Amino acid sequence: MELLQFVISGLATGSIYALIGLSFAIIFNSTGIINFAQGEFVMLGGVLTICAITLLKLPLLAAILAAVAGTTLVGIIFERFAIRPLKNATPLSLIIITIGASILIRGVVMLLFGKDTQALPAFSGTTPIEVGSATLLPQHLWIFGVTILVIIGSRLFFHHTITGKAMRACSFNRRAASLVGISVWRMVLLSFVISSALGSLAGVIIAPLTMTAYDVGVMLGLKGFCAAIMGGMGSGLGTVLGGLILGILESLGAGLLSSGYKDAIAFFILLLILFVRPQGLFKKGETERV
Amino acid sequence: MRKLVGLVCCFVLLCCTSAAFAAAPIRIGGLFAVTGPASFLGEPEKNTLEMLVKQVNARGGIKGSKIELVVYDTGGDATKAVQLATKLIKNDKVVAIVGPSTTGETMAVIPVCEKEQIPLISCAAGIKITDPVKKWVFKTPANDHVAAEKILIQAQKAKQKTLAIITVSDAFGASGREQLKQMAAKRGFKIVADEVYGPKDTDMTAQLTKIKAAKPDAIICWGTNPGPAVITRNIKQLGIKTPVYQSHGVASKKYIELATPEAAEGVMLPAGKLAVYHLLKKNDPQAKVLKEYADSYRRNYNVEPSTFGGYAYDGFALIAAAVKGGAQTPAAIRDGIEKNGKMVGVSGIFHMSAADHNGLDLSAFEMVQVRKGDWVIMH
Repeated sequence: MELLQFVISGLATGSIYALIGLSFAIIFNSTGIINFAQGEFVMLGGVLTICAITLLKLPLLAAILAAVAGTTLVGIIFERFAIRPLKNATPLSLIIITIGASILIRGVVMLLFGKDTQALPAFSGTTPIEVGSATLLPQHLWIFGVTILVIIGSRLFFHHTITGKAMRACSFNRRAASLVGISVWRMVLLSFVISSALGSLAGVIIAPLTMTAYDVGVMLGLKGFCAAIMGGMGSGLGTVLGGLILGILESLGAGLLSSGYKDAIAFFILLLILFVRPQGLFKKGETERV
Repeated sequence: MRKLVGLVCCFVLLCCTSAAFAAAPIRIGGLFAVTGPASFLGEPEKNTLEMLVKQVNARGGIKGSKIELVVYDTGGDATKAVQLATKLIKNDKVVAIVGPSTTGETMAVIPVCEKEQIPLISCAAGIKITDPVKKWVFKTPANDHVAAEKILIQAQKAKQKTLAIITVSDAFGASGREQLKQMAAKRGFKIVADEVYGPKDTDMTAQLTKIKAAKPDAIICWGTNPGPAVITRNIKQLGIKTPVYQSHGVASKKYIELATPEAAEGVMLPAGKLAVYHLLKKNDPQAKVLKEYADSYRRNYNVEPSTFGGYAYDGFALIAAAVKGGAQTPAAIRDGIEKNGKMVGVSGIFHMSAADHNGLDLSAFEMVQVRKGDWVIMH
């Protein structure tokens, strides 16, 4: 009876984690760094949409486009001024820079837009849809829909376009990629563009459900990171499955065990996977050819 | 020449006497979490205190004494609060402190104030602050258990027997959970579901599905925004028809806005009277104070006043009343607050005494219900 509701709730939150996880993976694959400001892109998506609606009086669709464009701009500025100038930095110092950037973005948003939580109106009403004994909201369908589109889109992009293939080449071997004439820096910039756009899109479609404020990015970012780790940091189906599994386990844990341990369950799984299968759930261990 | 000297002498003398007439300024300190996670408390508290001091000084101070205010931002950090409290006492030589904003910070600051013998008027709600009574420590928000009791009395009136509680996993929620469980047992309620959620959680359907299966007569949720708003929406999504109570932590229009008026319809909660001051009867003793505070806050800051700012208002009012009674030193102010008797404030009507350093009772809250996107007082 209740099981169905737990699974559906889990799938809904899981797809959000999956989307955020994907945007983590895209930057990781082209730069080798984990961008901890990713959660802030998600937050910017929601906050900027609300601002565009209330301050600029834009209609919903235009506001969403403006927010995604705005966040992408932030992503570009971030890459251009904080990542690119450090030519020979180690991944570790780059990761620390992303943490600094996340604190900066959060602070600026807090000062500009205030600390209040705000809600975006639902895209297509709030009348619950019944699925057997469980219910979900029209907004969940939007989340599922966008997640599926993004999966198909990223698959096509990374496997069937020259640019996508070039980005993958960079992730396998930067030096070799630049030797065959791929501009590595352009690919890195592109990865920031795609991932900030994707992150903000995730932020926009969840804002009507979860509401948004300057500080929502932290937890969502961490959960997305979990999803990406479970998927082995690949930018494909693995991360999506990782997100969905995480969402379902959280909701089953809260429903069947104890809701007090919901986050503990998620992070316990993360640790377990890091110990037992550091290459991710769905990835074969890498073999190095000598 | 002699005439001139005489004139100068007269002038100097005049200056001296007029200086002697204006009493020495009184310096009070403020410790608020203006930034950080508790900034929703600290910001209105700081604004309120600054506004009040400005108003009092514009009227010529209290009994001729101007008030000087020193406010520090603790960022919600207990260690920082202790350092800043010491700084207020040692460097700024304040005679009393209003704040800190949270229970954790207050508990950390109490030993400092007790040792230095400076009155502390906390703006945090935790019951531990004034129970047991500490000589130099007062607080203005009503205890959480007063709000919990208000809810349970209402549930008893509605003949509800089984309860489900869902509380946030922070200090506020933990305190509410403890109080609710204790008092529900005392009043003969049965708690059939006891769920918690994280302050940043975005979906509580799992917990609510569990609650739905337990078939309670009423659901009590204890938290501050946005959690309770998400829960209210989730309840509507799951089609749960059980009556819902929220805590005083969401007693503002923001909650209805976030939860959407349709989903919040019928939700009941104990609200500090500031949230519903425009609905109070004309003869309510607090009506005048509330309206004045709300109007001037709105005029000064262009935003709606919050209950939290009211805590600082009452803190300042208690000190001001003591100073009006002739107190100048920390010890005299402490005695003045304790012997103040009845004082009509924003958070309620205070009856401070040596045995009660909070002085509020059940009348600090009104039970209100959401109807068509606005509050209605329940009777």
